[in-house]
Amino acid sequence: MATEQQTAGADLPMRYAGAIDCDLHPAVPSMSALLPYLDDYWREMISVRALDRLNLSLTSYPQNAPISCRPDWTIDGGAKPGSSLKAMREHVLDRYRPRYGILNCLYGAQVFHSEDMAAAFCRATNDWIRDEWLSRDPRLRASIVIPAHNTELAVAEIERRADDSRFVQVLMLVSGEVTLGRRQLWPIYRLAERLEMPIGIHAGSAYRYAPTPIGWPSYYVEDYIAQSAAFENQLQSMIAEGVFAKFPRLKVVAIESGLTWLSGYIWRSDKTWKGVRAEVPWVTRAPSEIVRGHIRFTVQPIDAADERAAIMRLVDHLRSDDLFLFSTDYPHWQFDGDAALPSGVPDALFRKITSENALATYPRLSKADRAMEIAR
Amino acid sequence: MTRHVVATVDQIPPGARMLVTVDGREIGIFNVGGEFFGIGNRCPHNGASLCRGRSVGLVEASEPGSYQLSRRGELVRCPWHGWEFDLRTGKSWCEPDRTRVRSYDLKVEPGSVFTEGPLRAETFPVSIEKHYVVLDV
Repeated sequence: MATEQQTAGADLPMRYAGAIDCDLHPAVPSMSALLPYLDDYWREMISVRALDRLNLSLTSYPQNAPISCRPDWTIDGGAKPGSSLKAMREHVLDRYRPRYGILNCLYGAQVFHSEDMAAAFCRATNDWIRDEWLSRDPRLRASIVIPAHNTELAVAEIERRADDSRFVQVLMLVSGEVTLGRRQLWPIYRLAERLEMPIGIHAGSAYRYAPTPIGWPSYYVEDYIAQSAAFENQLQSMIAEGVFAKFPRLKVVAIESGLTWLSGYIWRSDKTWKGVRAEVPWVTRAPSEIVRGHIRFTVQPIDAADERAAIMRLVDHLRSDDLFLFSTDYPHWQFDGDAALPSGVPDALFRKITSENALATYPRLSKADRAMEIAR
Repeated sequence: MTRHVVATVDQIPPGARMLVTVDGREIGIFNVGGEFFGIGNRCPHNGASLCRGRSVGLVEASEPGSYQLSRRGELVRCPWHGWEFDLRTGKSWCEPDRTRVRSYDLKVEPGSVFTEGPLRAETFPVSIEKHYVVLDV
């Protein structure tokens, strides 16, 4: 590796010491990991229905798709990428030494068609995350996995975790059953706002509808590319339906959304709003301003030829350096080597992206941070 | 300040508007329920004629799903891109400080003001029986 690249620093793991990694993916290794957390009925059903033979990785992230795991982040013996805390420590936690890492578990439990089954498996998944990850590494925090297609059960699951401050966010997929602005989902947002938890929206679909607005794609490459369009649609849905008018303290984190579409989106959204705003009179600020106030984005992937230039341009266009949150997206393959962020980003912005913005976005992290300082 | 007689009151009944040119400036005169408003005709966005826009009320919401309509007819929507302008202030709804048109003071005066006082309506034949829309520039 060339010396001058190293002096820029963003490709050195030590530059990330104390950072907050906002997107780590632990994988449920197999159904047997969840058995201790399921009741007798579901344990029997797993056996009777042969559910234990299912992989239950999200269709959006096929296990062997190159993007689902960086080649040097695979686990010996062919276990699911991300299924080993030991490997996650070696690949990320002990290498970059983040202060916190937020676990976003992507798993079939979130998308089961049966609402009860989804709720039972989400509950088991959260218990498993608590016992096998959060309790075994103090740096780890997690998003609550919910059955988002049943608001009542989703709210119950969030309430179940409310007192465990290591759960810092509520996780939803960008393509679930309904547009995310719909009022039927508002009890989830109301509770998240009260508990000071952002809603994390991760790429991925439950495939209740075609994942592109033009119909069903044939290939994985179409599916993955379409994710950013789904984010654009969901932000517009939440803004237009008045989610942020109703819940003024709610934050949303777009995770693995890509970034470069954002510039075009806010321009188009602001422009159109000026002409038809009477249709949605509760939207009293330009959409770009609402994005600035409420939406945050993880920075893997960035999707630009020159990632430094892309970030700087967005900071300029959105007139804010508060929006971007550091993430490795482990074990997904978004960058090579240790350059989790592009070199040449100004130091102050680098600090904001790697930790200050996350502390401002996740009150449960900053509270833990203050508690640690007092304890010292 | 120059005063210009731009119309007789009965030329612009309630709900109607009229485009006039004063000192080379196009000005839209609107009658909203008997009250007269004047604004610059040219939309500051792309130059459309605001006089050709639809008169609308002020739409607001105290929260999502709660629609309130007030000040009926007191705003005009640009015919090209739908931006709303407040006839009282000339300010656009979306960018009140940045995007606005000039608003003009209008008064309704009886013809006697012109025939008896110092004011003269040079280009407008004035009759004592009528009322006139007068614009101060």
